[in-house]
Amino acid sequence: MLSRVANSIYWLNRYVERAENIARFVDVNLNLLLDSPTVMTQQWEPLVATTGDRPLFKSRYGEATADSVIQFLTFDQEYPNSILSCLTAARENARSVREIISSEMWEQVNLFYLMVKEASQQQHLTLTQLPSFFAEVKTASHLFAGVMDATMSHNEGWNFGRVGRLLERADKTARILDVKYFILLPSPSDVGTALDELQWIALLKSASGYEMYRKRQRLISPEGIANYLILDREFPRSIAYCLLQAERSLHEISSTTLGSWNNSAERSLGKVRSELDFITIEEIVQQGLHEFLDHIQTQLNCVGASIFDTFFALEPVS
Amino acid sequence: MQFQHYDPGDFYDELFVAKGEPRPEAALLIERISGLSLDELQQRRHAAQNALFKLGVTFNVYSDNEGTERIFPFDIIPRILPSQEWETLERGLKQRIQALNLFLDDIYGEQKILKDNVIPRELVESATGFLRPCIGLKPPQGIWCHITGTDLVRDRSGDWYVLEDNLRCPSGVSYVLENRRVMKTTFPLVFNKMSIRPVDDYASKLLETLLNLAPPGLPDPTVVVLTPGIYNSAYFEHSFLAQQMGVELVEGRDLTIVDGYLQMRTTKGLKRVDVVYRRIDDDFIDPLAFRPDSLLGIPGLMEVYRAGRVALANALGTGVADDKVIYAYVPQMIKYYLGEDQLLANVPTYLCWEADQQSHVLANLDQLVVKSADESGGYGMLVGPHATQAEREEFAGRIRANPRKYIAQPTLSLSRVPTLFEDHIDGCHVDLRPYILYGKEIYINPGGLTRVALKKGSLVVNSSQGGGSKDTWVVGEAGQDQSQSQSQSRGQSQSQS
Repeated sequence: MLSRVANSIYWLNRYVERAENIARFVDVNLNLLLDSPTVMTQQWEPLVATTGDRPLFKSRYGEATADSVIQFLTFDQEYPNSILSCLTAARENARSVREIISSEMWEQVNLFYLMVKEASQQQHLTLTQLPSFFAEVKTASHLFAGVMDATMSHNEGWNFGRVGRLLERADKTARILDVKYFILLPSPSDVGTALDELQWIALLKSASGYEMYRKRQRLISPEGIANYLILDREFPRSIAYCLLQAERSLHEISSTTLGSWNNSAERSLGKVRSELDFITIEEIVQQGLHEFLDHIQTQLNCVGASIFDTFFALEPVS
Repeated sequence: MQFQHYDPGDFYDELFVAKGEPRPEAALLIERISGLSLDELQQRRHAAQNALFKLGVTFNVYSDNEGTERIFPFDIIPRILPSQEWETLERGLKQRIQALNLFLDDIYGEQKILKDNVIPRELVESATGFLRPCIGLKPPQGIWCHITGTDLVRDRSGDWYVLEDNLRCPSGVSYVLENRRVMKTTFPLVFNKMSIRPVDDYASKLLETLLNLAPPGLPDPTVVVLTPGIYNSAYFEHSFLAQQMGVELVEGRDLTIVDGYLQMRTTKGLKRVDVVYRRIDDDFIDPLAFRPDSLLGIPGLMEVYRAGRVALANALGTGVADDKVIYAYVPQMIKYYLGEDQLLANVPTYLCWEADQQSHVLANLDQLVVKSADESGGYGMLVGPHATQAEREEFAGRIRANPRKYIAQPTLSLSRVPTLFEDHIDGCHVDLRPYILYGKEIYINPGGLTRVALKKGSLVVNSSQGGGSKDTWVVGEAGQDQSQSQSQSRGQSQSQS
């Protein structure tokens, strides 16, 4: 398969997944606010912090308010990771590989884009409209993944797409967990209160993990939730699950046996995956949840870079 | 109901003989449409356009920043051609393509036609599409123009003329296929009752044509479609055709020359490419041989091509035959190479290059259409009767300054087809672009793209100039009434000469 095409399918999936997760971020924060006592100041700054794009936000908007952060993360055309920008990029990528993906996939990503584009042209989405918009974004992304699963041959291109989607999801689950870390910072004394529990529940919900978590662990505890979102081997949004499946796809592409490696992409992904295989939540808490998540994100960036070097780099091979 | 007030007026109408009197081949369709209310028709029109938009059947307009992507406006009232008339056109087109191909093979080879002074050497050598690096090329099977889209029009009397040849990278065939797909859901009953020739085999025929060029002896040659990229106006079509043929769609940056062969970069290393259906113009295809500033092409491709290690469709250098001055000599080419009379007439053409013709053109600018010899897409032309005095004077200046660059033709009163607007049906001018494939034999997709000028009274049908399209139905069984149509076509060419 053409390197450029593989690259486009990979990014098409990353961008769709990214858009979905940004919707999840913002949605969780909206939820948290609704549950919070009115005296609490609105906490939008942490959201920007978790994206890793705080300097850019500061330079464009200054203060973090509900309006400015939501605008920045959803409809800002100049912010490359806003939902709108993600969809624009996803669609551009899809357009450049239309003959490779199924026409149903193209239609879905096109409709998704048009839906977001239309929403962005409305003057101002109100607090009642926003949740349904974010819900629509999530559904559209699920639909895309489902359509891809059901209509595209599970071939090399499909595997590249899957690697893209799963790596993106792993990274974003790490960041969603981090939202809680940033929100907690100002008032550590809230730990263990009813409010704290509500916040953890909201966070689980934003990762679509509440019901599944309940079935597995019943009791809400920070460690339990962190354990679930990082290390659970069955929950499809946990970091460990994502990496496990991404690794499978990567090995299908090159037909390398699992457990060994043939290129830097397989090696770097295998390394971080096996780290998660054997670490416990106690060890994670001990070294600091935020620090651990930071470390995972750095590792994932390395995986992305080595996938690029191994498969997509367009420099002549000779 | 809908056609009660429809008046074909003083034009050749493709569906009506006269007011209230449909042509026999269109009767069933007119009856069906008349049975629908205007609302129902509008609903079907919206459904059809939505379907096209959802499919992403779009084109880009150059130099237009906002919303560069548009759907090509589509009208649900088709144009109908009876099959015997179509067969006449088919014969004329086959003859023309054969002659043009022999011409290309000749001028890049022995140049007999120039040595025999049938066409002035100076005109060929000054054509912008004439590429000196192509002299001596020997494309596989001696075929140069594998894919052609020839523009045809008919005038007030109903006679057909060739308006121009497009031998470089003619586009639009994807609309033919997608329009048909949409039309089948728009008027299923009509399709059921009429015998409309299918167009769907185009992609298979195209693939056959391309495979025909592969070096002999290769068990599984690699065919690719080469596109300038997603910002090209015809990108949808490039991707569509690659998909329909099941071949890779590549950009220049996917390709490289290694070990003397054209190769594409894949996730598993380099892979050799044998046949390229290129949708990049000659000038841009190899920065080492042609425009050095081209970022779209593949440096060194020309050398590989010359060595016969990769086949290109169309061959490089075919653009010379698109030159509108060269066009004027097609009747002579047909005579010279085939010893036949032209079956399908040219539009009478004045060459500003010749002094007496130029003075005729300058004196009659208000009645003529002036075209630049090497531009297409409705750019660089003057429609005399619709232009202002100032515009005409400006063009006169251009003609005097560069007579080789301009030709003039009488303003044809193009035929019309009823077209659906918001609240009524009105006649709009159309042309027709059939798609011709030259492989083991010459194949012409039945019908072609009917382009329609949607601006009232406008004669310019190009998509970049506010035109739209219609489905084209060739109706009736193949092979009827051959003798009759043959005599008709002779009549046409006689009236021309």
